[in-house]
Amino acid sequence: MINEFDQIFVLLQHWLVSFLPAAVQPPASVLVSVTAIVCIFPALFALTTVFERKGLARIQNRIGPNRVGPFGLLQPIADGIKSLTKEDIVPLSADAAVHFLAPIVLVVAVFMGFAVLPMGRKMVLADMDTGLLFYFAMGASTELSVFMAGWSSRNKYSLLGAMRAVAQMISYEVILLLSSVTVVMMAGSLSLTKIVEAQNHYSGGLPHWYIFTPWGLAGFVMYAIAATAETNRSPFDLPEGESELVAGYHTEYSGFKFALFFLGEYLAMFSISGMGATLFLGGWSAPLASLCWVPSWIWFFSKLMLSIFVFIWLRGSLPRLRQDQLMNFAWKFVLPMCLLNLLVAGLWRFLGDGWLRWVACSAILLVAYAAMGLGEMHRKQRGPRSYRYAE
Amino acid sequence: MLGEGILKGLTETAKNFFGSYFSAQRLTTVQYPEDRIAPFESARVFPFLLYDGGDWQAGLRCVACQICEKECPPKCIFIVKSTDKKPDALGKPQYYPARFDIDISVCMSCQICVEVCPFEAIKMDAEFELSTTDRFGGLLLDRQQLAKSNEYFHQIHATEATAVDARLAAEKVKADAKAKAAADIAKAKAAAIAGEGA
Repeated sequence: MINEFDQIFVLLQHWLVSFLPAAVQPPASVLVSVTAIVCIFPALFALTTVFERKGLARIQNRIGPNRVGPFGLLQPIADGIKSLTKEDIVPLSADAAVHFLAPIVLVVAVFMGFAVLPMGRKMVLADMDTGLLFYFAMGASTELSVFMAGWSSRNKYSLLGAMRAVAQMISYEVILLLSSVTVVMMAGSLSLTKIVEAQNHYSGGLPHWYIFTPWGLAGFVMYAIAATAETNRSPFDLPEGESELVAGYHTEYSGFKFALFFLGEYLAMFSISGMGATLFLGGWSAPLASLCWVPSWIWFFSKLMLSIFVFIWLRGSLPRLRQDQLMNFAWKFVLPMCLLNLLVAGLWRFLGDGWLRWVACSAILLVAYAAMGLGEMHRKQRGPRSYRYAE
Repeated sequence: MLGEGILKGLTETAKNFFGSYFSAQRLTTVQYPEDRIAPFESARVFPFLLYDGGDWQAGLRCVACQICEKECPPKCIFIVKSTDKKPDALGKPQYYPARFDIDISVCMSCQICVEVCPFEAIKMDAEFELSTTDRFGGLLLDRQQLAKSNEYFHQIHATEATAVDARLAAEKVKADAKAKAAADIAKAKAAAIAGEGA
Protein backbone atom coordinates (compact mmCIF):
# COMPACT_ATOMS: atom_id res chain seq x y z
CA MET A 1 0.00 0.00 0.00
CA ILE A 2 2.78 2.39 0.95
CA ASN A 3 4.64 1.39 -2.15
CA GLU A 4 1.56 2.03 -4.28
CA PHE A 5 1.14 5.48 -2.79
CA ASP A 6 4.78 6.18 -3.51
CA GLN A 7 4.27 5.18 -7.14
CA ILE A 8 0.78 6.65 -7.49
CA PHE A 9 1.65 8.90 -10.41
CA VAL A 10 3.51 6.16 -12.24
CA LEU A 11 0.58 3.77 -11.78
CA LEU A 12 -1.84 6.46 -12.88
CA GLN A 13 0.18 6.98 -16.03
CA HIS A 14 0.24 3.24 -16.76
CA TRP A 15 -3.50 3.02 -16.19
CA LEU A 16 -4.21 5.94 -18.52
CA VAL A 17 -2.01 4.56 -21.25
CA SER A 18 -3.40 1.02 -20.95
CA PHE A 19 -6.54 2.09 -22.80
CA LEU A 20 -4.51 2.70 -25.95
CA PRO A 21 -3.20 0.15 -28.47
CA ALA A 22 0.27 -1.15 -27.68
CA ALA A 23 1.89 0.58 -30.65
CA VAL A 24 1.10 4.11 -29.42
CA GLN A 25 1.70 3.41 -25.75
CA PRO A 26 5.34 4.62 -25.48
CA PRO A 27 4.74 8.05 -27.08
CA ALA A 28 1.45 8.38 -25.19
CA SER A 29 3.11 7.76 -21.83
CA VAL A 30 5.67 10.43 -22.63
CA LEU A 31 2.85 12.77 -23.57
CA VAL A 32 1.11 12.11 -20.25
CA SER A 33 4.29 12.88 -18.32
CA VAL A 34 4.91 16.04 -20.32
CA THR A 35 1.34 17.18 -19.71
CA ALA A 36 1.75 16.58 -16.01
CA ILE A 37 4.94 18.62 -15.87
CA VAL A 38 3.48 21.40 -17.99
CA CYS A 39 0.45 21.59 -15.68
CA ILE A 40 2.01 21.11 -12.26
CA PHE A 41 4.85 23.58 -12.42
CA PRO A 42 2.83 26.56 -13.69
CA ALA A 43 0.30 25.79 -10.95
CA LEU A 44 3.15 25.81 -8.47
CA PHE A 45 4.29 29.09 -10.02
CA ALA A 46 0.85 30.60 -9.44
CA LEU A 47 0.93 29.58 -5.79
CA THR A 48 4.50 30.78 -5.37
CA THR A 49 3.68 34.29 -6.59
CA VAL A 50 1.13 34.64 -3.76
CA PHE A 51 3.42 33.08 -1.20
CA GLU A 52 6.26 35.29 -2.29
CA ARG A 53 4.17 38.43 -1.97
CA LYS A 54 2.87 37.32 1.41
CA GLY A 55 6.30 36.27 2.60
CA LEU A 56 7.91 39.53 1.55
CA ALA A 57 5.07 41.40 3.22
CA ARG A 58 5.60 39.52 6.48
CA ILE A 59 9.31 40.20 6.31
CA GLN A 60 8.44 43.90 6.11
CA ASN A 61 5.80 43.60 8.86
CA ARG A 62 2.91 43.94 6.45
CA ILE A 63 -0.02 41.62 5.82
CA GLY A 64 0.27 41.11 2.08
CA PRO A 65 -2.44 40.34 -0.46
CA ASN A 66 -5.59 39.13 1.31
CA ARG A 67 -8.46 40.49 -0.76
CA VAL A 68 -8.95 38.10 -3.67
CA GLY A 69 -10.41 34.90 -2.30
CA PRO A 70 -9.63 33.35 1.09
CA PHE A 71 -6.25 34.65 2.32
CA GLY A 72 -5.69 36.13 -1.13
CA LEU A 73 -5.16 32.69 -2.64
CA LEU A 74 -7.07 33.56 -5.81
CA GLN A 75 -4.73 36.45 -6.53
CA PRO A 76 -2.84 34.57 -9.29
CA ILE A 77 -6.11 34.04 -11.16
CA ALA A 78 -6.80 37.77 -11.04
CA ASP A 79 -3.24 38.45 -12.18
CA GLY A 80 -3.57 35.95 -15.01
CA ILE A 81 -6.81 37.48 -16.25
CA LYS A 82 -5.22 40.89 -16.05
CA SER A 83 -2.19 39.94 -18.12
CA LEU A 84 -4.34 38.08 -20.68
CA THR A 85 -6.63 41.06 -21.22
CA LYS A 86 -3.83 43.59 -21.49
CA GLU A 87 -2.83 44.98 -24.83
CA ASP A 88 0.20 43.33 -26.35
CA ILE A 89 2.40 46.18 -27.50
CA VAL A 90 5.32 45.60 -29.85
CA PRO A 91 7.54 48.66 -30.34
CA LEU A 92 7.48 49.98 -33.91
CA SER A 93 11.22 49.65 -34.37
CA ALA A 94 11.46 46.25 -32.67
CA ASP A 95 12.51 43.14 -34.51
CA ALA A 96 9.04 41.64 -34.37
CA ALA A 97 9.92 38.01 -35.01
CA VAL A 98 12.69 37.84 -32.42
CA HIS A 99 10.65 39.91 -30.01
CA PHE A 100 7.86 37.37 -30.32
CA LEU A 101 10.14 34.34 -30.05
CA ALA A 102 12.16 35.39 -26.99
CA PRO A 103 9.61 34.55 -24.25
CA ILE A 104 8.68 31.30 -25.97
CA VAL A 105 12.30 30.21 -26.27
CA LEU A 106 12.79 31.00 -22.58
CA VAL A 107 9.81 28.97 -21.39
CA VAL A 108 10.56 26.05 -23.70
CA ALA A 109 14.21 25.90 -22.64
CA VAL A 110 13.26 26.02 -18.98
CA PHE A 111 10.64 23.29 -19.38
CA MET A 112 13.21 21.08 -21.12
CA GLY A 113 15.26 21.10 -17.92
CA PHE A 114 12.44 19.39 -16.02
CA ALA A 115 12.69 16.39 -18.33
CA VAL A 116 15.70 14.97 -16.54
CA LEU A 117 14.81 15.85 -12.93
CA PRO A 118 13.90 12.78 -10.88
CA MET A 119 10.84 13.98 -8.97
CA GLY A 120 10.33 10.75 -7.10
CA ARG A 121 11.27 7.11 -7.19
CA LYS A 122 11.05 6.11 -10.90
CA MET A 123 9.44 9.46 -11.62
CA VAL A 124 11.68 10.89 -14.30
CA LEU A 125 10.59 11.73 -17.80
CA ALA A 126 13.88 11.00 -19.57
CA ASP A 127 16.40 9.01 -17.55
CA MET A 128 19.47 10.06 -19.49
CA ASP A 129 22.98 8.89 -18.74
CA THR A 130 24.09 12.48 -19.24
CA GLY A 131 21.17 14.10 -17.46
CA LEU A 132 23.27 16.69 -15.68
CA LEU A 133 24.92 17.75 -18.91
CA PHE A 134 21.57 18.01 -20.66
CA TYR A 135 20.19 20.06 -17.81
CA PHE A 136 23.01 22.57 -17.89
CA ALA A 137 22.85 22.79 -21.68
CA MET A 138 19.18 23.70 -21.43
CA GLY A 139 19.83 26.12 -18.58
CA ALA A 140 22.51 27.86 -20.62
CA SER A 141 20.17 28.36 -23.56
CA THR A 142 17.93 30.59 -21.47
CA GLU A 143 20.67 33.20 -21.81
CA LEU A 144 19.96 33.26 -25.51
CA SER A 145 16.34 34.16 -24.98
CA VAL A 146 17.26 36.90 -22.53
CA PHE A 147 19.59 38.39 -25.08
CA MET A 148 17.00 37.96 -27.84
CA ALA A 149 14.53 39.93 -25.73
CA GLY A 150 16.99 42.71 -24.96
CA TRP A 151 18.30 42.99 -28.51
CA SER A 152 15.02 42.82 -30.39
CA SER A 153 13.29 45.46 -28.23
CA ARG A 154 15.47 48.28 -29.58
CA ASN A 155 15.46 49.96 -26.24
CA LYS A 156 18.56 51.04 -24.39
CA TYR A 157 17.25 49.80 -21.07
CA SER A 158 16.39 46.42 -22.53
CA LEU A 159 19.77 46.15 -24.14
CA LEU A 160 21.64 47.19 -21.00
CA GLY A 161 19.59 44.75 -18.96
CA ALA A 162 20.29 41.97 -21.42
CA MET A 163 24.01 42.74 -21.48
CA ARG A 164 24.10 42.63 -17.70
CA ALA A 165 22.08 39.42 -17.69
CA VAL A 166 24.33 37.67 -20.16
CA ALA A 167 27.51 38.79 -18.39
CA GLN A 168 26.11 37.68 -15.06
CA MET A 169 24.67 34.39 -16.24
CA ILE A 170 27.80 33.33 -18.09
CA SER A 171 29.99 34.18 -15.08
CA TYR A 172 27.83 32.27 -12.66
CA GLU A 173 27.29 29.40 -15.08
CA VAL A 174 30.95 28.55 -14.50
CA ILE A 175 30.41 28.40 -10.76
CA LEU A 176 27.21 26.44 -11.12
CA LEU A 177 28.96 23.79 -13.19
CA LEU A 178 32.13 23.62 -11.11
CA SER A 179 30.22 23.26 -7.86
CA SER A 180 28.19 20.41 -9.38
CA VAL A 181 31.25 18.67 -10.72
CA THR A 182 32.22 17.63 -7.19
CA VAL A 183 28.99 15.65 -6.98
CA VAL A 184 29.72 13.97 -10.30
CA MET A 185 33.19 13.10 -9.01
CA MET A 186 31.70 11.40 -5.97
CA ALA A 187 28.72 9.70 -7.57
CA GLY A 188 30.76 8.72 -10.60
CA SER A 189 27.87 9.40 -12.94
CA LEU A 190 26.17 12.20 -14.83
CA SER A 191 22.85 10.44 -14.52
CA LEU A 192 20.65 12.20 -12.01
CA THR A 193 18.87 9.03 -10.91
CA LYS A 194 22.24 7.47 -10.11
CA ILE A 195 23.25 10.57 -8.18
CA VAL A 196 20.12 10.28 -6.05
CA GLU A 197 20.65 6.54 -5.57
CA ALA A 198 24.20 7.24 -4.41
CA GLN A 199 22.82 9.45 -1.62
CA ASN A 200 19.86 7.25 -0.78
CA HIS A 201 21.33 5.08 1.94
CA TYR A 202 21.40 5.58 5.67
CA SER A 203 23.75 4.88 8.56
CA GLY A 204 22.39 5.20 12.06
CA GLY A 205 19.12 6.55 10.67
CA LEU A 206 20.85 9.52 9.08
CA PRO A 207 21.11 9.94 5.31
CA HIS A 208 24.31 10.12 3.28
CA TRP A 209 23.40 13.32 1.52
CA TYR A 210 26.28 15.17 -0.03
CA ILE A 211 25.45 18.34 1.92
CA PHE A 212 26.56 16.53 5.09
CA THR A 213 30.18 16.47 3.97
CA PRO A 214 32.60 19.42 4.06
CA TRP A 215 32.99 19.60 0.29
CA GLY A 216 29.26 19.04 -0.18
CA LEU A 217 28.32 21.88 2.16
CA ALA A 218 30.77 24.24 0.47
CA GLY A 219 29.57 23.07 -2.92
CA PHE A 220 25.95 23.54 -1.93
CA VAL A 221 26.53 27.08 -0.70
CA MET A 222 28.30 27.99 -3.92
CA TYR A 223 25.63 26.24 -5.94
CA ALA A 224 22.97 28.27 -4.11
CA ILE A 225 24.83 31.51 -4.81
CA ALA A 226 25.21 30.63 -8.47
CA ALA A 227 21.59 29.50 -8.69
CA THR A 228 20.40 32.82 -7.28
CA ALA A 229 22.48 34.65 -9.86
CA GLU A 230 21.43 32.33 -12.70
CA THR A 231 17.76 32.94 -12.03
CA ASN A 232 18.33 36.70 -11.72
CA ARG A 233 16.92 36.76 -8.23
CA SER A 234 17.69 39.39 -5.64
CA PRO A 235 20.41 40.20 -4.53
CA PHE A 236 21.67 39.43 -8.04
CA ASP A 237 18.73 40.99 -9.89
CA LEU A 238 20.81 43.55 -11.73
CA PRO A 239 19.42 42.59 -15.15
CA GLU A 240 16.03 43.81 -14.00
CA GLY A 241 17.30 46.58 -11.78
CA GLU A 242 14.02 48.49 -11.71
CA SER A 243 15.66 51.47 -10.01
CA GLU A 244 18.01 52.08 -12.92
CA LEU A 245 16.81 50.05 -15.92
CA VAL A 246 12.98 50.25 -15.75
CA ALA A 247 12.64 46.47 -15.98
CA GLY A 248 15.73 45.38 -17.85
CA TYR A 249 15.31 43.04 -20.79
CA HIS A 250 11.54 42.78 -20.45
CA THR A 251 10.92 46.53 -20.43
CA GLU A 252 9.22 46.39 -23.82
CA TYR A 253 7.08 43.35 -23.04
CA SER A 254 3.48 43.64 -21.99
CA GLY A 255 0.46 41.46 -21.55
CA PHE A 256 0.91 37.76 -21.84
CA LYS A 257 4.44 37.90 -23.21
CA PHE A 258 5.49 39.55 -20.00
CA ALA A 259 3.61 36.88 -18.08
CA LEU A 260 5.59 34.27 -20.00
CA PHE A 261 8.84 35.90 -18.93
CA PHE A 262 7.61 35.95 -15.38
CA LEU A 263 6.63 32.29 -15.67
CA GLY A 264 9.99 31.39 -17.19
CA GLU A 265 11.82 33.11 -14.37
CA TYR A 266 9.93 31.19 -11.71
CA LEU A 267 10.13 27.89 -13.56
CA ALA A 268 13.88 28.37 -13.80
CA MET A 269 13.88 28.90 -10.06
CA PHE A 270 11.94 25.66 -9.52
CA SER A 271 14.12 23.63 -11.81
CA ILE A 272 17.36 24.97 -10.37
CA SER A 273 16.05 24.34 -6.83
CA GLY A 274 15.06 20.83 -7.85
CA MET A 275 18.49 20.30 -9.32
CA GLY A 276 20.13 21.58 -6.13
CA ALA A 277 17.98 19.21 -4.10
CA THR A 278 18.90 16.34 -6.40
CA LEU A 279 22.61 17.04 -6.29
CA PHE A 280 23.15 17.89 -2.64
CA LEU A 281 19.99 17.19 -0.65
CA GLY A 282 19.41 13.61 -1.71
CA GLY A 283 16.70 14.31 -4.31
CA TRP A 284 13.57 12.40 -3.38
CA SER A 285 15.12 10.48 -0.50
CA ALA A 286 13.78 10.96 3.02
CA PRO A 287 15.80 12.98 5.56
CA LEU A 288 15.59 10.16 8.15
CA ALA A 289 15.56 6.41 7.66
CA SER A 290 12.43 6.22 9.83
CA LEU A 291 10.59 8.53 7.41
CA CYS A 292 11.12 6.38 4.33
CA TRP A 293 7.44 5.41 4.27
CA VAL A 294 6.47 8.95 3.19
CA PRO A 295 6.11 9.03 -0.62
CA SER A 296 9.28 10.09 -2.37
CA TRP A 297 7.62 12.83 -4.43
CA ILE A 298 6.51 14.55 -1.23
CA TRP A 299 10.14 14.81 -0.16
CA PHE A 300 11.23 16.15 -3.52
CA PHE A 301 8.57 18.84 -3.58
CA SER A 302 9.10 19.81 0.06
CA LYS A 303 12.80 20.28 -0.59
CA LEU A 304 11.92 22.33 -3.64
CA MET A 305 9.50 24.55 -1.73
CA LEU A 306 11.99 24.95 1.09
CA SER A 307 14.54 26.29 -1.38
CA ILE A 308 11.91 28.62 -2.81
CA PHE A 309 11.31 29.90 0.71
CA VAL A 310 15.03 30.57 1.09
CA PHE A 311 14.99 32.43 -2.24
CA ILE A 312 12.16 34.62 -0.97
CA TRP A 313 13.87 35.11 2.37
CA LEU A 314 17.06 36.25 0.66
CA ARG A 315 15.09 38.58 -1.57
CA GLY A 316 13.50 40.18 1.46
CA SER A 317 16.81 40.62 3.26
CA LEU A 318 19.59 41.61 0.92
CA PRO A 319 20.15 44.77 -1.10
CA ARG A 320 21.10 44.55 -4.75
CA LEU A 321 24.78 44.25 -5.64
CA ARG A 322 26.65 46.60 -7.93
CA GLN A 323 27.86 45.23 -11.26
CA ASP A 324 31.55 45.33 -10.27
CA GLN A 325 30.81 43.73 -6.90
CA LEU A 326 28.90 41.00 -8.69
CA MET A 327 31.74 40.25 -11.06
CA ASN A 328 34.45 40.50 -8.41
CA PHE A 329 32.51 38.16 -6.18
CA ALA A 330 32.10 35.60 -8.94
CA TRP A 331 35.59 35.59 -10.39
CA LYS A 332 37.76 36.50 -7.40
CA PHE A 333 36.01 34.75 -4.56
CA VAL A 334 33.58 32.03 -5.53
CA LEU A 335 35.48 30.66 -8.50
CA PRO A 336 38.75 30.07 -6.58
CA MET A 337 36.74 28.49 -3.78
CA CYS A 338 35.07 26.25 -6.36
CA LEU A 339 38.40 25.13 -7.79
CA LEU A 340 39.71 24.49 -4.29
CA ASN A 341 36.58 22.51 -3.55
CA LEU A 342 37.33 20.22 -6.48
CA LEU A 343 40.71 19.41 -4.94
CA VAL A 344 39.12 18.94 -1.52
CA ALA A 345 36.60 16.53 -3.02
CA GLY A 346 39.46 14.54 -4.53
CA LEU A 347 41.26 14.52 -1.19
CA TRP A 348 38.07 13.30 0.51
CA ARG A 349 37.84 10.45 -1.97
CA PHE A 350 41.43 9.29 -1.50
CA LEU A 351 41.82 9.75 2.26
CA GLY A 352 39.45 6.84 2.79
CA ASP A 353 37.05 6.41 5.69
CA GLY A 354 37.89 7.82 9.09
CA TRP A 355 37.98 11.08 11.00
CA LEU A 356 41.11 12.37 9.25
CA ARG A 357 39.33 13.28 6.05
CA TRP A 358 36.67 15.20 7.94
CA VAL A 359 39.24 17.28 9.81
CA ALA A 360 41.54 17.82 6.83
CA CYS A 361 38.82 18.77 4.34
CA SER A 362 36.96 21.06 6.76
CA ALA A 363 40.19 22.74 7.82
CA ILE A 364 41.30 23.44 4.26
CA LEU A 365 37.93 24.92 3.29
CA LEU A 366 37.56 26.98 6.45
CA VAL A 367 41.08 28.39 6.29
CA ALA A 368 40.66 29.29 2.63
CA TYR A 369 37.30 30.92 3.31
CA ALA A 370 38.57 32.92 6.27
CA ALA A 371 41.80 33.95 4.52
CA MET A 372 40.06 35.06 1.34
CA GLY A 373 37.28 36.77 3.22
CA LEU A 374 39.61 38.64 5.52
CA GLY A 375 41.89 39.55 2.64
CA GLU A 376 38.96 40.93 0.72
CA MET A 377 37.68 42.91 3.69
CA HIS A 378 41.15 44.17 4.55
CA ARG A 379 41.64 45.52 1.05
CA LYS A 380 38.35 47.41 1.24
CA GLN A 381 39.56 49.29 4.36
CA ARG A 382 36.26 49.41 6.11
CA GLY A 383 35.59 52.16 8.58
CA PRO A 384 33.56 55.31 8.96
CA ARG A 385 32.61 56.61 5.56
CA SER A 386 34.49 59.70 4.42
CA TYR A 387 33.02 62.14 1.96
CA ARG A 388 35.19 63.92 -0.52
CA TYR A 389 32.80 66.67 -1.56
CA ALA A 390 29.89 66.69 0.83
CA GLU A 391 30.03 68.47 4.20
CA MET B 1 34.18 37.34 9.17
CA LEU B 2 32.82 37.44 5.64
CA GLY B 3 29.11 36.75 5.49
CA GLU B 4 28.43 37.81 9.06
CA GLY B 5 26.35 40.77 7.96
CA ILE B 6 24.24 38.57 5.71
CA LEU B 7 23.43 36.24 8.60
CA LYS B 8 22.60 39.21 10.81
CA GLY B 9 20.24 40.55 8.15
CA LEU B 10 18.64 37.17 7.65
CA THR B 11 17.92 36.78 11.37
CA GLU B 12 16.40 40.24 11.44
CA THR B 13 14.02 39.46 8.57
CA ALA B 14 13.23 36.05 10.04
CA LYS B 15 12.30 37.77 13.30
CA ASN B 16 9.97 40.04 11.36
CA PHE B 17 8.51 37.14 9.41
CA PHE B 18 7.59 35.05 12.43
CA GLY B 19 6.99 37.98 14.77
CA SER B 20 4.37 39.49 12.50
CA TYR B 21 2.22 36.39 12.97
CA PHE B 22 2.34 36.62 16.74
CA SER B 23 2.31 40.29 17.63
CA ALA B 24 -0.23 42.59 16.07
CA GLN B 25 1.81 45.63 17.11
CA ARG B 26 4.41 44.75 14.53
CA LEU B 27 1.96 45.13 11.68
CA THR B 28 2.20 48.69 10.47
CA THR B 29 -0.52 48.53 7.84
CA VAL B 30 -4.21 49.24 8.38
CA GLN B 31 -6.88 47.33 6.47
CA TYR B 32 -8.07 50.57 4.95
CA PRO B 33 -11.73 50.59 3.96
CA GLU B 34 -12.72 48.61 7.06
CA ASP B 35 -10.22 50.03 9.53
CA ARG B 36 -9.03 53.58 9.54
CA ILE B 37 -6.43 55.51 11.43
CA ALA B 38 -7.60 58.58 13.37
CA PRO B 39 -7.51 61.63 11.12
CA PHE B 40 -4.66 64.05 11.66
CA GLU B 41 -5.68 67.59 12.52
CA SER B 42 -3.14 69.11 10.18
CA ALA B 43 -4.30 67.04 7.22
CA ARG B 44 -5.43 69.11 4.26
CA VAL B 45 -6.73 68.04 0.90
CA PHE B 46 -8.87 70.46 -1.09
CA PRO B 47 -10.50 73.77 -0.17
CA PHE B 48 -14.14 74.15 0.87
CA LEU B 49 -16.45 77.09 1.59
CA LEU B 50 -17.57 77.84 5.12
CA TYR B 51 -21.07 78.90 6.06
CA ASP B 52 -22.58 79.97 9.37
CA GLY B 53 -25.94 78.91 10.68
CA GLY B 54 -28.18 76.25 9.21
CA ASP B 55 -28.74 77.42 5.65
CA TRP B 56 -25.74 77.12 3.37
CA GLN B 57 -27.02 79.66 0.88
CA ALA B 58 -27.79 82.36 3.40
CA GLY B 59 -24.79 81.74 5.64
CA LEU B 60 -22.01 81.52 3.05
CA ARG B 61 -19.17 83.73 4.27
CA CYS B 62 -17.81 84.29 0.80
CA VAL B 63 -18.43 87.78 -0.57
CA ALA B 64 -17.20 86.99 -4.07
CA CYS B 65 -14.26 89.37 -3.80
CA GLN B 66 -12.43 87.03 -6.25
CA ILE B 67 -9.03 87.42 -4.56
CA CYS B 68 -8.65 83.64 -4.34
CA GLU B 69 -9.60 83.28 -8.00
CA LYS B 70 -6.85 85.73 -8.96
CA GLU B 71 -4.25 84.25 -6.60
CA CYS B 72 -4.88 80.60 -7.44
CA PRO B 73 -1.65 79.39 -9.15
CA PRO B 74 -3.23 76.67 -11.31
CA LYS B 75 -6.40 78.74 -11.86
CA CYS B 76 -8.81 76.11 -10.65
CA ILE B 77 -11.32 78.52 -9.06
CA PHE B 78 -14.15 80.09 -11.08
CA ILE B 79 -16.36 82.71 -9.45
CA VAL B 80 -19.36 84.63 -10.81
CA LYS B 81 -20.21 87.64 -8.66
CA SER B 82 -23.87 88.24 -7.86
CA THR B 83 -25.60 91.39 -9.11
CA ASP B 84 -27.56 91.97 -5.90
CA LYS B 85 -26.39 92.18 -2.29
CA LYS B 86 -27.47 90.40 0.82
CA PRO B 87 -26.53 90.94 4.48
CA ASP B 88 -23.54 88.97 5.76
CA ALA B 89 -22.85 87.73 9.29
CA LEU B 90 -22.25 91.26 10.52
CA GLY B 91 -25.40 92.48 8.91
CA LYS B 92 -23.55 94.45 6.26
CA PRO B 93 -24.95 94.09 2.73
CA GLN B 94 -22.41 92.18 0.58
CA TYR B 95 -22.17 90.56 -2.81
CA TYR B 96 -22.26 86.77 -2.81
CA PRO B 97 -20.96 84.18 -5.30
CA ALA B 98 -23.64 83.31 -7.84
CA ARG B 99 -21.27 80.57 -8.95
CA PHE B 100 -18.25 79.22 -7.15
CA ASP B 101 -16.57 76.24 -8.81
CA ILE B 102 -13.32 74.49 -7.88
CA ASP B 103 -11.88 71.96 -10.28
CA ILE B 104 -10.15 69.55 -7.92
CA SER B 105 -8.52 67.76 -10.82
CA VAL B 106 -6.52 70.97 -11.29
CA CYS B 107 -6.20 72.11 -7.67
CA MET B 108 -2.77 71.43 -6.19
CA SER B 109 -3.77 71.88 -2.53
CA CYS B 110 -1.36 74.76 -2.02
CA GLN B 111 -3.68 76.56 0.43
CA ILE B 112 -2.93 79.98 -1.08
CA CYS B 113 -6.66 80.70 -1.45
CA VAL B 114 -6.99 80.13 2.30
CA GLU B 115 -4.06 82.43 3.07
CA VAL B 116 -5.40 85.33 1.01
CA CYS B 117 -9.08 85.17 1.99
CA PRO B 118 -9.85 88.22 4.17
CA PHE B 119 -13.23 86.80 5.22
CA GLU B 120 -12.22 83.37 6.60
CA ALA B 121 -14.59 82.00 4.00
CA ILE B 122 -12.44 79.31 2.37
CA LYS B 123 -10.61 76.62 4.33
CA MET B 124 -8.87 73.31 3.65
CA ASP B 125 -10.93 70.15 3.90
CA ALA B 126 -9.75 66.78 5.22
CA GLU B 127 -12.04 64.71 3.00
CA PHE B 128 -9.90 62.57 0.69
CA GLU B 129 -12.23 59.90 -0.69
CA LEU B 130 -13.15 61.88 -3.78
CA SER B 131 -12.70 59.32 -6.53
CA THR B 132 -15.42 59.32 -9.14
CA THR B 133 -16.23 57.54 -12.37
CA ASP B 134 -16.71 60.88 -14.16
CA ARG B 135 -13.33 62.54 -14.36
CA PHE B 136 -14.64 65.84 -15.78
CA GLY B 137 -17.97 66.63 -14.17
CA GLY B 138 -17.33 64.56 -11.08
CA LEU B 139 -14.24 66.49 -10.13
CA LEU B 140 -15.71 69.94 -10.75
CA LEU B 141 -17.28 70.89 -7.43
CA ASP B 142 -19.92 73.64 -7.37
CA ARG B 143 -20.72 75.92 -4.43
CA GLN B 144 -23.31 73.57 -2.97
CA GLN B 145 -20.83 70.70 -2.88
CA LEU B 146 -18.17 73.02 -1.50
CA ALA B 147 -20.32 74.59 1.23
CA LYS B 148 -19.72 73.08 4.67
CA SER B 149 -20.81 74.26 8.06
CA ASN B 150 -18.67 75.82 10.76
CA GLU B 151 -19.46 72.81 12.98
CA TYR B 152 -17.85 70.55 10.38
CA PHE B 153 -14.81 72.83 10.37
CA HIS B 154 -14.61 72.43 14.14
CA GLN B 155 -14.77 68.68 13.72
CA ILE B 156 -11.89 68.38 11.27
CA HIS B 157 -9.57 71.22 12.31
CA ALA B 158 -10.56 72.09 15.88
CA THR B 159 -7.63 74.33 16.78
CA GLU B 160 -7.78 76.40 13.63
CA ALA B 161 -11.57 76.69 13.81
CA THR B 162 -11.45 77.97 17.41
CA ALA B 163 -8.83 80.55 16.46
CA VAL B 164 -10.91 81.65 13.48
CA ASP B 165 -14.02 81.94 15.63
CA ALA B 166 -12.13 84.02 18.20
CA ARG B 167 -10.81 86.30 15.48
CA LEU B 168 -14.25 86.74 13.96
CA ALA B 169 -15.79 87.43 17.40
CA ALA B 170 -13.13 90.06 18.07
CA GLU B 171 -13.83 91.64 14.71
CA LYS B 172 -17.54 91.62 15.44
CA VAL B 173 -16.98 93.28 18.81
CA LYS B 174 -14.82 95.89 17.13
CA ALA B 175 -17.35 96.42 14.39
CA ASP B 176 -20.16 96.65 16.94
CA ALA B 177 -18.19 99.17 19.00
CA LYS B 178 -17.46 101.18 15.89
CA ALA B 179 -21.08 101.04 14.85
CA LYS B 180 -22.14 102.01 18.32
CA ALA B 181 -19.70 104.90 18.42
CA ALA B 182 -20.89 106.01 15.02
CA ALA B 183 -24.47 105.71 16.20
CA ASP B 184 -23.62 107.68 19.35
CA ILE B 185 -22.00 110.44 17.33
CA ALA B 186 -24.92 110.47 14.97
CA LYS B 187 -27.30 110.58 17.90
CA ALA B 188 -25.31 113.36 19.55
CA LYS B 189 -25.23 115.24 16.27
CA ALA B 190 -28.93 114.76 15.86
CA ALA B 191 -29.48 115.91 19.44
CA ALA B 192 -27.29 118.97 18.81
CA ILE B 193 -29.14 119.76 15.62
CA ALA B 194 -32.42 119.31 17.44
CA GLY B 195 -31.13 121.52 20.30
CA GLU B 196 -30.06 124.18 17.84
CA GLY B 197 -33.37 123.97 16.17
CA ALA B 198 -35.09 124.42 19.47
